[in-house]
Amino acid sequence: MSSRKSKSNSLIHTECLSQVQRILRERFCHQSPHSNLFGVQVQYKTIQRLGQVPRGREERKFLHLSELLKRTAVHGESNSVLIIGPRGSGKTMLINHALKELMEIEEVSENVLQVHLNGLLQINDKIALKEITRQLNLENVVGDKVFGSFAENLSFLLEALKKGDRISSCPVIFILDEFDLFAYHKNQTLLYNLFDISQSAQTPIAVIGLTCRLYVKIFKEQLSLPAEFPDKVFAEKWNENVQYLSEDRSVQEVLQKHFNISKNLRSLHMLLMLALNRVTASHPCMTAVDLMEASQLCSMDSKANIVHGLSVLEICLIIAMKHLNDIYEEEPFNFQMVYNEFQKFVQRKAHSVYNFEKPVVMKAFEHLQQLELIKPMERTSGNSQREYQLMKLLLDNTQIMNALQKYPNCPTDVRQWATSSLSWL
Amino acid sequence: MAHYPTRLKTRKTYSWVGRPLLDRKLHYQTYREMCVKTEGCSTEIHIQIGQFVLIEGDDDENPYVAKLLELFEDDSDPPPKKRARVQWFVRFCEVPACKQHLLGRKPGAQEIFWYDYPACDSNINAETIIGLVRVIPLAPKDVVPTNLKNEKTLFVKLSWNEKKFRPLSSKLFAELNKPQERAAKCQKPMGAKSKSAETPSWTPEEHVAKRIESRHSACKSRQTPTHPLTPRARKRLELGSNPQMSQQTSCASLDSPGRIKRKVAFSEITSPSKRSQPDKLQTLSPALKAPEKTRETELSYTENDKKASPERCVILRTRIPASKTIDIREERTLTPISGGQRSSVVPSVILKPENIKKRDAKEVEAQNEATSTPHRIRRKSSVLTMNRIRQQLQFLGNSKSDQEEKEILPAAEISDSSSDEEEASTPPRPRRTPRTVSRNLQSSLKSSLHTPTKLKPRTPRCATPQIRSRSLAAQEPASVLEKARLRLHVSAVPESLPCREQEFQDIYNFVESKLLDHTGGCMYISGVPGTGKTATVHEVIRCLQQAAQANDVPPFQYIEVNGMKLTEPHQVYVQILQKLTGQKATANHAAELLAKRFCTRGSPQETTVLLVDEEARLVVLTIANTMDLPERIMMNRVSSRLGLTRMSFQPYTYSQLQQILRSRLKHLKAFEDDAIQLVARKVAALSGDARRCLDICRRATEICEFSQQKPDSPGLVTIAHSMEAVDEMFSSSYIMAIKNSSVLEQSFLRAILAEFRRSGLEEATFQQIYSQHVALCRMEGLPYPTMSETMAVCSRLGSCRLLLVEPSRNDMLLRVRLNVSQDDVLYALKEE
Repeated sequence: MSSRKSKSNSLIHTECLSQVQRILRERFCHQSPHSNLFGVQVQYKTIQRLGQVPRGREERKFLHLSELLKRTAVHGESNSVLIIGPRGSGKTMLINHALKELMEIEEVSENVLQVHLNGLLQINDKIALKEITRQLNLENVVGDKVFGSFAENLSFLLEALKKGDRISSCPVIFILDEFDLFAYHKNQTLLYNLFDISQSAQTPIAVIGLTCRLYVKIFKEQLSLPAEFPDKVFAEKWNENVQYLSEDRSVQEVLQKHFNISKNLRSLHMLLMLALNRVTASHPCMTAVDLMEASQLCSMDSKANIVHGLSVLEICLIIAMKHLNDIYEEEPFNFQMVYNEFQKFVQRKAHSVYNFEKPVVMKAFEHLQQLELIKPMERTSGNSQREYQLMKLLLDNTQIMNALQKYPNCPTDVRQWATSSLSWL
Repeated sequence: MAHYPTRLKTRKTYSWVGRPLLDRKLHYQTYREMCVKTEGCSTEIHIQIGQFVLIEGDDDENPYVAKLLELFEDDSDPPPKKRARVQWFVRFCEVPACKQHLLGRKPGAQEIFWYDYPACDSNINAETIIGLVRVIPLAPKDVVPTNLKNEKTLFVKLSWNEKKFRPLSSKLFAELNKPQERAAKCQKPMGAKSKSAETPSWTPEEHVAKRIESRHSACKSRQTPTHPLTPRARKRLELGSNPQMSQQTSCASLDSPGRIKRKVAFSEITSPSKRSQPDKLQTLSPALKAPEKTRETELSYTENDKKASPERCVILRTRIPASKTIDIREERTLTPISGGQRSSVVPSVILKPENIKKRDAKEVEAQNEATSTPHRIRRKSSVLTMNRIRQQLQFLGNSKSDQEEKEILPAAEISDSSSDEEEASTPPRPRRTPRTVSRNLQSSLKSSLHTPTKLKPRTPRCATPQIRSRSLAAQEPASVLEKARLRLHVSAVPESLPCREQEFQDIYNFVESKLLDHTGGCMYISGVPGTGKTATVHEVIRCLQQAAQANDVPPFQYIEVNGMKLTEPHQVYVQILQKLTGQKATANHAAELLAKRFCTRGSPQETTVLLVDEEARLVVLTIANTMDLPERIMMNRVSSRLGLTRMSFQPYTYSQLQQILRSRLKHLKAFEDDAIQLVARKVAALSGDARRCLDICRRATEICEFSQQKPDSPGLVTIAHSMEAVDEMFSSSYIMAIKNSSVLEQSFLRAILAEFRRSGLEEATFQQIYSQHVALCRMEGLPYPTMSETMAVCSRLGSCRLLLVEPSRNDMLLRVRLNVSQDDVLYALKEE
């Protein structure tokens, strides 16, 4: 009986867990608009709770933006807003949320036209113009003669926009994502005209530029409380655990470290995602260890990882290169120099490392190049001899030493050689 | 060397002989004969249609030779003028030097060439006629006689079309030969004739007409076909009795048979009964491909000319390349002429003093005009024909807007107006009539102002697109603050432009004077953004348009072109053309059309406001932000033409900005006075940009509104609010960004500074910075930063443009620079 009960319990757990994971992953990956909305709200909450950033600022920004949009929609006032901030600081989210809120107002939703442009997609003014025309449904007006020359399109669109006036025309909201890329367009014709119109008494336009330059938003933690979770008991348990976690010192340390590195919401999502993946039926609650391991995974040095997988010969070559770097002060080296250095070591400590033939060493050298641990100074030209091509090492001394510490089964002589090029004397 | 008396030397009085004939279709008064009386000379010459005449030219020793086709009176402008239409001949010296070798032999001293160049203007001022001359056509076999005693006799054997010498076609030869018998110089003793010239039958207008004429003015003449004049018979007789002539004719040469030029042949195809027709066609419609058809549709010229008198003196005209002509003309007009006279043929003609004065005064201007109108001239005859067609089509209610039609619109208008208003004249031609060019253009523009709309109804494809209108009307502002915000919006058009009165006045005066003078001009307006350049110019135009409606200034057409709204410079032509005439064309074609229309082009610089004056002059107002743009960017050629009229808009001072704000907020108590002053001072100190000023105030109202959620608050924008707005607007985002960046990012920036200080360079590789960064982290007790993390930090800062980084494929070796000054970074980092 008891076993059956526990079994059903674990079954429920599995269901709940998969549900939790689904909800949270959705949230982390920004897939539904709902999660966007939630995200913005959570931002404010988090900010408020952690008290690390003037909380009012964010909310005021948001209110300011939505107020501005509302005025454009309702009063027909032309405006332009530039939202700037580093990647992942929630600019798009902010806009989407504000627009969503705007569209929920009944009198507005019928009245506003939106034009979404992205600097990565509309790479020049010509394409952008076509896209604007398409999104404004203006192509129907001209019938078959939709897209003429660039100049025609421009004058066409300008004429269309000029014709309106504040009172009777339908407001148009231009949203320019990756705004800075638009600024690279030739003459900035599009921008000039959009701003020009937004400043004259024509069709009301709100131009909203999004760019990842500057302005910082900070938040730290987004640990999740599934609000309307079917299994109330589990939800409670989960939330309790989250509460406990957030008070845990090691967790706070992990988060602080993460926050130190980046104030990016997405990187936090990444961290939480990794931690979430460790939650299974047998391990239903997220623990501090999960988070720490996830954090380690996040901050792992990718090159050090590669070094761990190298053969002893390749490690030896890297050490030789390190010594060459020390001796010649970051001057580039070639294969022959590395090989000589390696030979010197092998001759002294012949017992620890097998004396490979030169072609084998060459192969190992090429493998390092393929892994991009070393980089040729110039493009490889066909007729130059490979042995004498100048190379540079893309590893720092500290990286090499750290990697050697963790390198499994490293011969002691090699390790000693790494610390000092003169150890064999 | 022979010398011909010109009006510079002698005074001549010109008067019509015989009754005027009203050409019903053209409303011209045409005449058959003209009498030239020379002061101080007992003879007077009677010049009849069909005779060969000498016409005052640049070279007094070699006046132009032409055959008189028509005499008529042009009273399109108040003082009626005597005009004549001629067929030109060229002397060998008038053939461009580079082409003289084409003749292939030495020219006879008195050899002239039939000038087969339809584009040449054949409409001249009748008062430039010096006297009669004898022209004898030679058959191709004939040798040009040399060393003749009578210098008055000229020989024509070949025709010259600016490209080739060709022998005269047989028909042309016959045509030239025939009139010789009839056309004879008409010389009479002074007594009776001079009185007749002063008889009351000669209307006072003619005397008026004489006064104004410039020597070079030319005119197309109309002959009255139905009016038989007695002098003709007399002349014929006289000529017939001239033995010299016939002798000369018998002398013939065999050299240089050439191919017959197509045009000549074409003009010769008509039967002898229509002999005058070829001449007509040549001048009227050389560009027309189907002359027959034209004639059918046409009311006036050709019909008329078919009936025209059978005397077909073909008058050729010298043709020197346009530019050359001008130079030469200038020289020669200043040269006094010795008064060598041919007693028998050309009696001296006395020049009136008024003429001299006027001519001199207008000489320079005239030459300028002439240079600028080559296109017009070349096309004029075809244009005239097209005009006729147009008129008809219009009459039939056919208002197709066809490219070709539009193209000739201005010219069409000329003829419209002239045929409507004028009695005995056609519009003056520009070739030899520099002064009349302006009038010509004037009328064209005058009419073009009214016509485009009525002539070309908009085709449906021109329908302008429109953003769909909103379903719900926009709300009107409710609160004081909202009202204030609306007024402060940059787009709101103020009732007046405060603080720009002086500039307004200057521009207004400039444009107005150009309008009143019917001249063109160019003005360059510069100033930093937001100093009211465009607004002021718009205001000026608005005022001028009102004035034009009240008839205070002549009406004008206004075209605005904004350089930033064009995709490429060439599009400016398309835009101007479209706004001017409504037609669309490719950039190159539009440029050509415009050149034809104005002979001046708008400069494709920055913002260009072309203000096209009705008087065919072009007033160009250019607006730009660069003060020394003319010197810096424009080519010398352009900048010198831009002229000296410059206007620089200074940035607004704080009191001016304050005044602007006050005037906008008139009667609206939304701001504290101090708040306005603060904004004005802040902006004036930085840029003086009025737009920025208005924006800050607008933002201040928002902040005010936001901060005062309580409904009962007075809603006055205080200093605190405007201060906040100013801070928001002018705060450095870089410092903010650094302050708000993460700990690792900040320490990376520190590492950069440290590395820069160590190396003394402003650039470092990532590897160097990384080692610094690791050391810094150790010192501050931060966890050891891995290479990957640091690289991520670096690229984040790079994407914010706090750093300038190389592409990351260089990995550790990528070079890093600061995009902010080191002091700023230090300041931002120290704050913590």
